[in-house]
Amino acid sequence: MGKLDGKVAVITGAASGIGRASAIRFAGEGAAVVIADLNSEGGEAAVRDCKEHGGRAVFQKTDVASEPEVKGLVDRAVKEFGRLDVIFNNAGLGGAVGTIEEITGDNWDRTLAILLKSVFLGMKYSVPEMRKLGGGSIISTASVAGLAGGRGPHAYSAAKAAVVNLTRSVALEVGKDRIRVNCICPGGINTPLIYNRLPGGRQVGEQFLAQLQAIPRAGHAEDIAAMALFLASDDSEWVTGQAMVVDGGLTAGGRLFGQDQQQRPTIPGGFAGPSFEKN
Amino acid sequence: MGKLDGKVAVITGAASGMGRASAIRFAREGAAVIVTDLNEEGGSGTVAECKTLGGKAVFQRVDVSSEADIKGAVDRAVKEFGRLDIMFNNAGLGGATGPLEKVTRENWDRTMAILLGAVFLGIKYSVPELRKVGGGSIISTSSVGGLRGSGYLAAYCAAKAAVINLTQSAAIEYGHDHIRVNCICPGGVNTPLIYAGSKGGYEEAEKNMARMQPIPRAGRPEDIANMALFLASDEAEWITGTAMVVDGGMNTGNARFRLSNLANAGFSGPSYTRGS
Ligand SMILES: NC(=O)c1ccc[n+]([C@@H]2O[C@H](COP(=O)([O-])OP(=O)(O)OC[C@H]3O[C@@H](n4cnc5c(N)ncnc54)[C@H](O)[C@@H]3O)[C@@H](O)[C@H]2O)c1
Ligand SMILES: NC(=O)c1ccc[n+]([C@@H]2O[C@H](COP(=O)([O-])OP(=O)(O)OC[C@H]3O[C@@H](n4cnc5c(N)ncnc54)[C@H](O)[C@@H]3O)[C@@H](O)[C@H]2O)c1
Repeated sequence: MGKLDGKVAVITGAASGIGRASAIRFAGEGAAVVIADLNSEGGEAAVRDCKEHGGRAVFQKTDVASEPEVKGLVDRAVKEFGRLDVIFNNAGLGGAVGTIEEITGDNWDRTLAILLKSVFLGMKYSVPEMRKLGGGSIISTASVAGLAGGRGPHAYSAAKAAVVNLTRSVALEVGKDRIRVNCICPGGINTPLIYNRLPGGRQVGEQFLAQLQAIPRAGHAEDIAAMALFLASDDSEWVTGQAMVVDGGLTAGGRLFGQDQQQRPTIPGGFAGPSFEKN
Repeated sequence: MGKLDGKVAVITGAASGMGRASAIRFAREGAAVIVTDLNEEGGSGTVAECKTLGGKAVFQRVDVSSEADIKGAVDRAVKEFGRLDIMFNNAGLGGATGPLEKVTRENWDRTMAILLGAVFLGIKYSVPELRKVGGGSIISTSSVGGLRGSGYLAAYCAAKAAVINLTQSAAIEYGHDHIRVNCICPGGVNTPLIYAGSKGGYEEAEKNMARMQPIPRAGRPEDIANMALFLASDEAEWITGTAMVVDGGMNTGNARFRLSNLANAGFSGPSYTRGS
């Protein structure tokens, strides 16, 4: 009866935040989940969460920037559960921060390895397994920072934009194998990525993030997990090459006329005539 | 247990194609559906099918270009089922076709009224009802034709592009009220809109359309209904102002370029090293 009955999923960065919420959701819908993360403690806890929701899960310690480790991760899914239907390339961090002059070449490379190369590796090693099954779903976490400038640090924004376009490029190639390739662009989601850096932690994150977008509440990891579930399930069988925006309306548009989102605009109904008619 | 238990939805253009598939999907997930269309026979058929599956549905004849009719559809939902949670502005047609210089002003206006004015009216009359229940979901059917232009279909494409932008504006305006406003951009979906009246009919279209996008099959009304269900449900509680593309990858890029001369794996070096 679950939406993912019989399917096997790998989720990276599943010790925390969006990845963990997705692992729990997938497990609850019948998937067997391989939880991958650098953080073993969080990863083991995520496995316990999945089991509590009646699902099957194992943890595999993985650095997503390492080619042998990503390969090992896919191998583990096949060894443990016999197949791979879904890979969710989600692990991430803020990476190199600072002005363009301050960013070191090393920090640039590390950021791109963790946020972009990891997605390439996830695709590279999952495609052959999915092809064996006659199809599958590749999902990656990009960001609204990948759709325009000014929504994240430089290296992060560049890497996320690259994830969006890699998604499109690979979707064209593997569509014939009925492998779908999509990414999700979250807005401001109140996960440890955000609130561990805020004085005041989670609660302050909740208040701060509530003000950013049209819908007056912070994004939650579960909002992204719901989209990931849709993309993982057969409901999205004809959806590929897309960057799915889940951002409470953040990128829907600006405040063209400087309206404050928190204040109801008091623009009266009517008709704006030609300017020469005004007073 | 259904994803839309207790919710009430109005769907326009629900006598056929995507609207019909969505009505059936919504009803199966527990929603009460106001099936609206110009086509009464088709609409009654949709209602009957919803009921066969154990759902609640009624038909209301609506011309979506009529303000009174759209208002009437919303009123009917409230009168019949006590509330409105979901408005799916979906009715459509090809509209004014052919070279722009031959398109008449009248056909241009009719196209805009049915494809764009109807969405405005659907938003206008549903918002007060959605606000009363603490929020809701407005969904409209745009098109990949709204993402970029297409020859000989300018009125349609312009209207569909406007639906996307209207969606964004409305999303910004009504986020406060937890009213979500999104649209769907289908690619080539094999519905009567495509195959009715064409020589080879459904079968021929199915074959031709399978080649139009990376995923090698034509789109089905159910593909769009799945997305509509997702957007209608509480799963999409934090999604607003988006244009969700469901097109089998059609709009993703140019596949032909990829295939040209890059078939062999390797590394393409600087051009000066590649001279023959
Ligand atoms: N939180 C937001 O507002 C937001 C917005 C847009 C995009 N994102 C993206 O969402 C994804 C998930 O982030 P989150 O918000 O859940 O943050 P999070 O910090 O809660 O979770 C990220 C997880 O990735 C893991 N990770 C980091 N580097 C790794 C590596 N090299 N190998 C393996 N695992 C590694 C971390 O240990 C952590 O468990 C990231 O890609 C992030 O960029 C987040
Ligand atoms: N089929 C495709 O490939 C495709 C692609 C992109 C977008 N669309 C859009 O999807 C929507 C649904 O189309 P479909 O493919 O299911 O076609 P369809 O012809 O099967 O269904 C459209 C329905 O809208 C109804 N309708 C038309 N004008 C109306 C009016 N003035 N008032 C009330 N009802 C009216 C029709 O009677 C019909 O039942 C349309 O908005 C269309 O533009 C279709």
